[in-house]
Amino acid sequence: MWRKVLFTVIFLCFLALMALFGYALKRDPSLVTSPLIGKPVPDFSLPLLSDPNRTIGKPDLLGTPYLLNVWASWCAACRTEHPLLVQLARQNLVPIHGLNYRDTREDAQSWLERYGNPYDVVAFDEKGALGLDLGVYGAPETFLVDRNNVIVYKQVGPITEKVWVDVLYPKLVELQKPGQ
Amino acid sequence: MTRKFTKWPVLMVLLLLGSAGAQDHAVLEFSHPEYKERYNNLINQLRCLVCQNQTIADSHAELALDLRKRVYEMIEQGASDRDVIDFMAQRYGDFVLYNPPLKPSTMLLWFAPFIAIGVGSVALLLYIVRRNRQTAPAAEVSESIRRRVEELRGRQQARPSKQGSKQ
Repeated sequence: MWRKVLFTVIFLCFLALMALFGYALKRDPSLVTSPLIGKPVPDFSLPLLSDPNRTIGKPDLLGTPYLLNVWASWCAACRTEHPLLVQLARQNLVPIHGLNYRDTREDAQSWLERYGNPYDVVAFDEKGALGLDLGVYGAPETFLVDRNNVIVYKQVGPITEKVWVDVLYPKLVELQKPGQ
Repeated sequence: MTRKFTKWPVLMVLLLLGSAGAQDHAVLEFSHPEYKERYNNLINQLRCLVCQNQTIADSHAELALDLRKRVYEMIEQGASDRDVIDFMAQRYGDFVLYNPPLKPSTMLLWFAPFIAIGVGSVALLLYIVRRNRQTAPAAEVSESIRRRVEELRGRQQARPSKQGSKQ
Protein backbone atom coordinates (compact mmCIF):
# COMPACT_ATOMS: atom_id res chain seq x y z
CA MET A 1 0.00 0.00 0.00
CA TRP A 2 2.60 2.52 1.17
CA ARG A 3 4.94 1.43 -1.54
CA LYS A 4 2.33 2.21 -4.19
CA VAL A 5 1.54 5.62 -2.75
CA LEU A 6 5.21 6.49 -2.47
CA PHE A 7 5.86 5.33 -5.98
CA THR A 8 2.97 7.39 -7.33
CA VAL A 9 4.15 10.49 -5.48
CA ILE A 10 7.70 10.12 -6.78
CA PHE A 11 6.43 9.49 -10.28
CA LEU A 12 4.21 12.60 -10.17
CA CYS A 13 7.14 14.71 -8.91
CA PHE A 14 9.20 13.36 -11.77
CA LEU A 15 6.50 14.25 -14.30
CA ALA A 16 6.18 17.76 -12.84
CA LEU A 17 9.93 18.26 -13.10
CA MET A 18 9.92 17.02 -16.70
CA ALA A 19 7.16 19.48 -17.54
CA LEU A 20 9.08 22.30 -15.87
CA PHE A 21 12.29 21.46 -17.73
CA GLY A 22 10.39 21.13 -21.00
CA TYR A 23 8.89 24.56 -20.47
CA ALA A 24 12.26 26.05 -19.52
CA LEU A 25 13.86 24.63 -22.66
CA LYS A 26 11.44 26.54 -24.88
CA ARG A 27 11.73 29.74 -22.89
CA ASP A 28 14.46 32.24 -23.70
CA PRO A 29 16.09 33.19 -20.39
CA SER A 30 17.53 36.37 -21.89
CA LEU A 31 14.02 37.82 -22.16
CA VAL A 32 13.24 39.76 -19.04
CA THR A 33 9.66 40.86 -18.46
CA SER A 34 9.64 44.61 -18.26
CA PRO A 35 8.14 46.11 -15.12
CA LEU A 36 7.19 49.10 -17.29
CA ILE A 37 4.27 47.38 -19.00
CA GLY A 38 1.14 49.29 -18.05
CA LYS A 39 3.20 52.25 -16.89
CA PRO A 40 3.53 55.57 -18.68
CA VAL A 41 6.52 56.34 -20.87
CA PRO A 42 9.09 58.12 -18.67
CA ASP A 43 9.47 61.87 -19.08
CA PHE A 44 12.21 62.84 -21.44
CA SER A 45 13.51 65.60 -23.62
CA LEU A 46 16.03 64.67 -26.27
CA PRO A 47 17.45 66.31 -29.38
CA LEU A 48 16.30 65.07 -32.75
CA LEU A 49 18.73 62.97 -34.71
CA SER A 50 18.12 65.12 -37.77
CA ASP A 51 18.52 68.45 -35.98
CA PRO A 52 20.50 68.98 -32.74
CA ASN A 53 18.74 72.31 -32.14
CA ARG A 54 15.27 70.81 -31.91
CA THR A 55 14.14 68.60 -29.06
CA ILE A 56 11.39 66.08 -28.72
CA GLY A 57 9.58 65.28 -25.48
CA LYS A 58 6.89 62.99 -24.17
CA PRO A 59 3.93 65.35 -24.86
CA ASP A 60 4.84 65.39 -28.57
CA LEU A 61 3.92 61.72 -28.78
CA LEU A 62 0.44 61.95 -27.21
CA GLY A 63 -2.73 61.29 -29.13
CA THR A 64 -2.24 58.15 -31.15
CA PRO A 65 -0.85 54.66 -30.51
CA TYR A 66 2.69 54.29 -31.77
CA LEU A 67 5.74 52.06 -31.88
CA LEU A 68 8.94 53.22 -30.23
CA ASN A 69 11.85 51.37 -31.76
CA VAL A 70 15.21 51.44 -29.96
CA TRP A 71 17.99 51.04 -32.50
CA ALA A 72 21.63 51.86 -33.21
CA SER A 73 23.94 51.70 -36.19
CA TRP A 74 26.25 49.32 -34.28
CA CYS A 75 23.43 46.88 -33.71
CA ALA A 76 23.47 43.96 -36.13
CA ALA A 77 20.02 42.67 -35.22
CA CYS A 78 18.58 46.11 -35.96
CA ARG A 79 19.57 45.64 -39.56
CA THR A 80 17.74 42.32 -39.62
CA GLU A 81 14.47 43.89 -38.57
CA HIS A 82 14.90 47.12 -40.51
CA PRO A 83 13.36 46.04 -43.85
CA LEU A 84 10.20 45.04 -41.99
CA LEU A 85 10.01 48.44 -40.31
CA VAL A 86 10.46 50.17 -43.66
CA GLN A 87 7.69 48.06 -45.11
CA LEU A 88 5.39 48.80 -42.16
CA ALA A 89 6.07 52.50 -42.51
CA ARG A 90 5.11 52.33 -46.17
CA GLN A 91 1.80 50.70 -45.25
CA ASN A 92 1.10 53.60 -42.89
CA LEU A 93 -0.44 51.39 -40.23
CA VAL A 94 1.11 53.08 -37.23
CA PRO A 95 3.57 55.88 -36.57
CA ILE A 96 7.02 54.47 -35.83
CA HIS A 97 9.26 56.60 -33.67
CA GLY A 98 12.93 55.83 -33.32
CA LEU A 99 15.18 56.06 -30.32
CA ASN A 100 18.74 56.10 -31.52
CA TYR A 101 20.57 54.51 -28.60
CA ARG A 102 24.22 55.11 -27.66
CA ASP A 103 25.23 56.00 -31.17
CA THR A 104 26.96 58.83 -32.99
CA ARG A 105 24.98 61.25 -35.09
CA GLU A 106 27.01 60.66 -38.25
CA ASP A 107 26.86 56.87 -38.04
CA ALA A 108 23.15 56.89 -37.34
CA GLN A 109 22.32 59.30 -40.14
CA SER A 110 24.34 57.49 -42.77
CA TRP A 111 22.82 54.21 -41.58
CA LEU A 112 19.33 55.59 -42.24
CA GLU A 113 20.37 56.94 -45.63
CA ARG A 114 21.70 53.57 -46.56
CA TYR A 115 18.92 51.30 -45.30
CA GLY A 116 15.90 53.62 -45.45
CA ASN A 117 14.16 55.69 -42.81
CA PRO A 118 10.89 54.29 -41.49
CA TYR A 119 10.68 56.71 -38.56
CA ASP A 120 8.41 59.72 -38.11
CA VAL A 121 10.91 61.19 -35.68
CA VAL A 122 14.13 59.88 -34.23
CA ALA A 123 15.26 60.99 -30.78
CA PHE A 124 19.01 60.97 -30.31
CA ASP A 125 19.92 59.31 -27.01
CA GLU A 126 23.68 59.49 -27.13
CA LYS A 127 24.26 58.66 -23.44
CA GLY A 128 21.51 56.07 -23.23
CA ALA A 129 19.64 58.14 -20.63
CA LEU A 130 16.12 57.44 -21.90
CA GLY A 131 17.28 53.92 -22.68
CA LEU A 132 18.07 53.43 -19.00
CA ASP A 133 14.72 54.85 -17.94
CA LEU A 134 13.00 52.50 -20.38
CA GLY A 135 14.92 49.51 -19.03
CA VAL A 136 16.60 48.91 -22.38
CA TYR A 137 19.30 46.25 -22.13
CA GLY A 138 20.00 45.50 -25.74
CA ALA A 139 18.93 46.81 -29.09
CA PRO A 140 16.66 46.37 -30.88
CA GLU A 141 13.78 46.75 -28.49
CA THR A 142 10.35 47.96 -29.50
CA PHE A 143 7.65 49.41 -27.28
CA LEU A 144 4.01 49.48 -28.26
CA VAL A 145 2.52 52.57 -26.64
CA ASP A 146 -1.13 53.62 -26.49
CA ARG A 147 -2.55 57.08 -27.21
CA ASN A 148 -2.12 58.12 -23.56
CA ASN A 149 1.60 57.31 -23.63
CA VAL A 150 1.16 54.13 -21.60
CA ILE A 151 3.44 51.21 -22.54
CA VAL A 152 1.36 48.23 -23.59
CA TYR A 153 3.96 45.77 -24.81
CA LYS A 154 7.70 45.44 -25.16
CA GLN A 155 9.39 43.36 -27.83
CA VAL A 156 12.99 42.48 -26.99
CA GLY A 157 15.00 41.55 -30.07
CA PRO A 158 14.07 42.12 -33.69
CA ILE A 159 10.47 42.28 -34.82
CA THR A 160 9.97 39.37 -37.15
CA GLU A 161 7.04 38.84 -39.45
CA LYS A 162 5.73 36.27 -36.98
CA VAL A 163 5.99 38.66 -34.03
CA TRP A 164 4.23 41.34 -36.04
CA VAL A 165 1.38 39.12 -37.24
CA ASP A 166 0.90 37.15 -34.01
CA VAL A 167 1.54 39.74 -31.33
CA LEU A 168 2.09 43.35 -32.28
CA TYR A 169 -0.51 43.83 -34.98
CA PRO A 170 -3.45 42.33 -33.01
CA LYS A 171 -2.52 44.47 -30.00
CA LEU A 172 -2.22 47.54 -32.18
CA VAL A 173 -5.64 46.99 -33.75
CA GLU A 174 -7.06 46.71 -30.24
CA LEU A 175 -5.44 50.04 -29.30
CA GLN A 176 -6.56 51.80 -32.44
CA LYS A 177 -10.23 51.08 -31.80
CA PRO A 178 -12.00 54.36 -31.07
CA GLY A 179 -12.71 55.03 -27.42
CA GLN A 180 -9.90 52.73 -26.31
CA MET B 1 58.99 22.70 -28.04
CA THR B 2 61.03 25.83 -27.38
CA ARG B 3 58.62 27.88 -29.45
CA LYS B 4 55.86 26.95 -27.10
CA PHE B 5 57.66 28.49 -24.14
CA THR B 6 58.49 31.76 -25.87
CA LYS B 7 54.79 32.47 -25.89
CA TRP B 8 54.56 32.54 -22.10
CA PRO B 9 55.87 36.07 -21.50
CA VAL B 10 53.48 37.41 -24.12
CA LEU B 11 50.60 35.64 -22.46
CA MET B 12 51.59 37.00 -19.05
CA VAL B 13 51.73 40.55 -20.32
CA LEU B 14 48.31 40.11 -21.93
CA LEU B 15 46.89 38.77 -18.67
CA LEU B 16 48.28 41.75 -16.79
CA LEU B 17 46.77 44.12 -19.31
CA GLY B 18 43.46 42.33 -18.93
CA SER B 19 43.43 42.78 -15.17
CA ALA B 20 44.41 46.41 -15.55
CA GLY B 21 41.35 46.86 -17.76
CA ALA B 22 39.16 45.27 -15.12
CA GLN B 23 39.95 48.14 -12.79
CA ASP B 24 38.40 50.68 -15.16
CA HIS B 25 35.63 51.59 -12.74
CA ALA B 26 37.78 51.71 -9.61
CA VAL B 27 39.11 55.19 -10.33
CA LEU B 28 35.96 57.00 -9.25
CA GLU B 29 36.40 59.83 -6.78
CA PHE B 30 33.98 59.76 -3.89
CA SER B 31 33.22 62.73 -1.67
CA HIS B 32 32.89 60.42 1.36
CA PRO B 33 34.84 57.24 2.02
CA GLU B 34 31.56 55.67 3.11
CA TYR B 35 30.11 56.30 -0.36
CA LYS B 36 32.76 54.15 -1.93
CA GLU B 37 31.89 51.27 0.33
CA ARG B 38 28.19 51.63 -0.46
CA TYR B 39 28.95 51.89 -4.16
CA ASN B 40 30.98 48.68 -4.13
CA ASN B 41 28.32 46.94 -2.13
CA LEU B 42 25.54 48.04 -4.49
CA ILE B 43 27.22 47.21 -7.77
CA ASN B 44 27.84 43.70 -6.43
CA GLN B 45 24.10 43.27 -5.81
CA LEU B 46 22.89 44.28 -9.25
CA ARG B 47 22.71 41.94 -12.20
CA CYS B 48 23.94 42.89 -15.63
CA LEU B 49 21.08 42.04 -17.98
CA VAL B 50 23.32 41.60 -20.99
CA CYS B 51 25.52 38.95 -19.38
CA GLN B 52 23.09 37.58 -16.87
CA ASN B 53 25.42 35.62 -14.66
CA GLN B 54 27.52 38.64 -13.83
CA THR B 55 26.95 41.54 -11.53
CA ILE B 56 27.39 45.01 -12.96
CA ALA B 57 30.62 45.13 -10.96
CA ASP B 58 32.02 42.18 -12.92
CA SER B 59 30.67 42.99 -16.34
CA HIS B 60 32.32 44.99 -19.08
CA ALA B 61 29.12 45.40 -21.06
CA GLU B 62 28.22 48.97 -21.96
CA LEU B 63 24.98 48.59 -20.07
CA ALA B 64 26.88 47.64 -16.90
CA LEU B 65 29.06 50.69 -17.39
CA ASP B 66 25.96 52.91 -17.65
CA LEU B 67 24.37 51.36 -14.60
CA ARG B 68 27.55 51.70 -12.52
CA LYS B 69 27.75 55.33 -13.52
CA ARG B 70 24.15 55.86 -12.52
CA VAL B 71 24.73 54.17 -9.14
CA TYR B 72 27.74 56.42 -8.59
CA GLU B 73 25.79 59.56 -9.50
CA MET B 74 22.85 58.63 -7.32
CA ILE B 75 25.05 57.96 -4.29
CA GLU B 76 26.91 61.23 -4.78
CA GLN B 77 23.57 63.02 -4.96
CA GLY B 78 22.65 61.59 -1.59
CA ALA B 79 20.39 58.71 -2.58
CA SER B 80 20.03 55.87 -0.07
CA ASP B 81 20.79 52.26 -0.95
CA ARG B 82 17.06 51.62 -0.99
CA ASP B 83 16.59 54.44 -3.53
CA VAL B 84 19.18 52.94 -5.87
CA ILE B 85 17.73 49.42 -5.60
CA ASP B 86 14.19 50.73 -6.21
CA PHE B 87 15.37 52.80 -9.16
CA MET B 88 16.89 49.75 -10.84
CA ALA B 89 13.99 47.43 -10.02
CA GLN B 90 11.47 49.92 -11.43
CA ARG B 91 13.27 49.90 -14.76
CA TYR B 92 14.65 46.41 -15.09
CA GLY B 93 12.41 44.42 -12.76
CA ASP B 94 13.33 42.30 -9.75
CA PHE B 95 15.50 40.21 -12.04
CA VAL B 96 18.17 42.90 -11.79
CA LEU B 97 18.48 42.22 -8.05
CA TYR B 98 20.72 39.39 -6.95
CA ASN B 99 18.85 39.44 -3.67
CA PRO B 100 15.20 39.41 -4.79
CA PRO B 101 12.46 40.70 -2.44
CA LEU B 102 9.93 38.38 -0.86
CA LYS B 103 6.73 38.79 -2.87
CA PRO B 104 3.93 36.47 -4.02
CA SER B 105 5.76 35.96 -7.31
CA THR B 106 9.03 35.04 -5.61
CA MET B 107 7.51 32.80 -2.89
CA LEU B 108 8.47 29.64 -4.73
CA LEU B 109 12.02 30.89 -5.20
CA TRP B 110 12.39 31.60 -1.49
CA PHE B 111 10.60 28.59 -0.06
CA ALA B 112 11.38 25.82 -2.55
CA PRO B 113 14.46 24.70 -0.57
CA PHE B 114 12.45 24.41 2.64
CA ILE B 115 9.65 22.58 0.83
CA ALA B 116 12.22 20.19 -0.61
CA ILE B 117 13.72 19.59 2.84
CA GLY B 118 10.22 19.08 4.27
CA VAL B 119 9.18 16.59 1.60
CA GLY B 120 12.51 14.81 1.94
CA SER B 121 12.23 14.54 5.74
CA VAL B 122 8.68 13.18 5.55
CA ALA B 123 9.73 10.65 2.94
CA LEU B 124 12.73 9.62 5.05
CA LEU B 125 10.57 9.34 8.17
CA LEU B 126 7.98 7.22 6.37
CA TYR B 127 10.74 5.01 5.04
CA ILE B 128 12.28 4.50 8.48
CA VAL B 129 8.94 3.78 10.14
CA ARG B 130 8.07 1.30 7.43
CA ARG B 131 11.43 -0.41 7.69
CA ASN B 132 11.10 -0.77 11.48
CA ARG B 133 7.68 -2.32 11.07
CA GLN B 134 9.10 -4.76 8.58
CA THR B 135 12.01 -5.81 10.80
CA ALA B 136 9.82 -6.46 13.87
CA PRO B 137 8.04 -9.57 12.53
CA ALA B 138 11.33 -10.79 11.13
CA ALA B 139 12.40 -11.40 14.75
CA GLU B 140 10.05 -14.37 14.97
CA VAL B 141 11.97 -17.56 15.33
CA SER B 142 11.06 -21.11 15.13
CA GLU B 143 9.44 -22.89 18.08
CA SER B 144 12.49 -25.04 18.84
CA ILE B 145 14.87 -22.11 19.04
CA ARG B 146 12.47 -20.16 21.25
CA ARG B 147 12.22 -23.06 23.64
CA ARG B 148 15.99 -23.35 23.74
CA VAL B 149 16.36 -19.63 24.53
CA GLU B 150 13.82 -19.84 27.38
CA GLU B 151 15.58 -22.84 28.71
CA LEU B 152 18.89 -20.94 28.78
CA ARG B 153 17.24 -17.93 30.37
CA GLY B 154 15.69 -20.05 33.06
CA ARG B 155 19.06 -21.55 33.82
CA GLN B 156 20.59 -18.07 34.05
CA GLN B 157 17.90 -16.76 36.39
CA ALA B 158 18.32 -19.78 38.61
CA ARG B 159 22.01 -18.99 38.92
CA PRO B 160 22.55 -16.12 41.39
CA SER B 161 25.16 -14.22 39.40
CA LYS B 162 25.60 -10.41 39.23
CA GLN B 163 24.67 -10.33 35.57
CA GLY B 164 21.56 -12.33 36.14
CA SER B 165 20.29 -10.09 38.93
CA LYS B 166 20.70 -7.05 36.77
CA GLN B 167 18.23 -8.33 34.21
